[in-house]
Amino acid sequence: MHNIITLAKREIKSYFFTPVAYILISVFLLITGWFFGSELFLVNEASMRNIFSLTPLIFIFFIPAVTMRSISEEKRSGTIELICTSPVKDSQIVLGKFFAAFSLLVATIFSTIIYVIILLILGKPDGGVIVAGYIGLLFMGSAYAAIGIFASTISKNQIVSFIVSFFIIMILYLLDKFMYFIPTWLGSILQYISVDYHFQNIARGVIDSRDIIYYLSLIFVFLFFAWNSLTKRKYLST
Amino acid sequence: MIKVQNLTKDYGHLRAVDNISFTIPKNGIIGILGPNGAGKTTTLKMMTCFMPPTEGTVFVDEKNIYQNSVEIRKMIGYLPEGCPIYTEMNVVDFLYFIAELRDIPKSNVDRRVKEMIDSCGLEEVVGKEIGELSKGYRQRVGLAAALIHDPEILILDEPTSGLDPNQIAEIRSLIKRLGKEKTVLVSTHILSEVEAICERVIIIDRGKIVADASLEEIQSSFHNQNRIYFEIQSKKDADILPEFEAIEGVESLQLFSKHEDEMITKFFINYSKDMDIRPALYNFIKKNKDWTILEMRTEQHSLEDIFRQLTEKGEEVAHA
Repeated sequence: MHNIITLAKREIKSYFFTPVAYILISVFLLITGWFFGSELFLVNEASMRNIFSLTPLIFIFFIPAVTMRSISEEKRSGTIELICTSPVKDSQIVLGKFFAAFSLLVATIFSTIIYVIILLILGKPDGGVIVAGYIGLLFMGSAYAAIGIFASTISKNQIVSFIVSFFIIMILYLLDKFMYFIPTWLGSILQYISVDYHFQNIARGVIDSRDIIYYLSLIFVFLFFAWNSLTKRKYLST
Repeated sequence: MIKVQNLTKDYGHLRAVDNISFTIPKNGIIGILGPNGAGKTTTLKMMTCFMPPTEGTVFVDEKNIYQNSVEIRKMIGYLPEGCPIYTEMNVVDFLYFIAELRDIPKSNVDRRVKEMIDSCGLEEVVGKEIGELSKGYRQRVGLAAALIHDPEILILDEPTSGLDPNQIAEIRSLIKRLGKEKTVLVSTHILSEVEAICERVIIIDRGKIVADASLEEIQSSFHNQNRIYFEIQSKKDADILPEFEAIEGVESLQLFSKHEDEMITKFFINYSKDMDIRPALYNFIKKNKDWTILEMRTEQHSLEDIFRQLTEKGEEVAHA
């Protein structure tokens, strides 16, 4: 645990020492801010619905941008050798990277808390839905982050990592968007695998254990893949 | 202290390290020498538990790299090739990070970081970002990181590559100082480095060990044939070489160059170690009044010659 924290701390510092974190959070606030404003002032509705339905889409670009450098950069610069020859397990490296990405995610998501405050001042929003929406975002973002970490173990090249994670997340997101074209039996399976379906469930205000288990297993599976891919250096060339 | 046993590493079809075995006793500086791509770095990566061998194993103090990887990593300080460090961190933060990763007790961390800054000469760059440092300072930061947990074994992969002569001298004297109380393994392709700091040298070529002995042993084993260099000016005839063949003890003659205009001949005489032919040579040349000796000196086989001979032998075999 101690090692995981040490590694995560260093990673978080590097997010904030380089412009990465600031740029990402600003861009995120800019996009969500525009939709928030239009909903509040044009439609005259005190809700976060627009933001919650939009963020899963923004995260498709946003999370891969956060995670793309996490392990690829270490591989490219060779610092992976530095941490792998310290008394640290490979699984701890993966978890350290994941928690660092998770922290940045939390910071980003909660930077939107200002919208909630504005809503509370101006109207009477449904508190339950907002809390559920935030919980949903955290779980979904973490699942995306796990996918991103896995993608960043594949290559030394950040762009490759970005594209791979973008692609995987995109597929998982789009799965339940083609329901008209496919048979019902297949449709229900695809729907269950889709990330957005579970998010919309939670965002409606219903926190079902099935949705939580779905996200947790997604996180576990991709972190396991990441660990596996990092340990692979031990068996293959590079 | 370290026992390397039948270590082999394949990269796909390429065998980078081929059945290497050696042991390293406690304390002292051992050089691993070899041309680029000989398998030095791969060997070190396996010893530091970065990647496992295809076959064979390494023992450190009876501990095995397979079963006791974490314990072995605790005992080793490692400076990887090219000295990779986080360029966006500043020197002190980086040292604290490594100290934490190395499980140094909280009460000791401040003291150790300070000691490293002193002993590696980092006072001037303490607050600077690593990316802004010169290569010499970066190398010293890397060395400080490798030393911070006071390891018994220090493994340095090309510690002086890319440094200027002053920086090289500094790093070398630091390594020499460390070698008094630690086991230091230095890989290099620079021969003068081995001559300057190592007590024992393991020469690797194409993944195989071609020599493993103390520096003196290696040099003396190549001295069974001695060599004299001559530069002689003749008044009549430049073609003087055949005349030397008659002298007893001369094994072979080797022309270096001939200047027809000035009638100067430069050549080597190889003779066996058992017999000193220098007096005979002197007397022989004295008899011939036409000759003037411009230069006469015995040639020592330098480590460079030995290295070239050892590593080129393999090439001939490979071509055959």
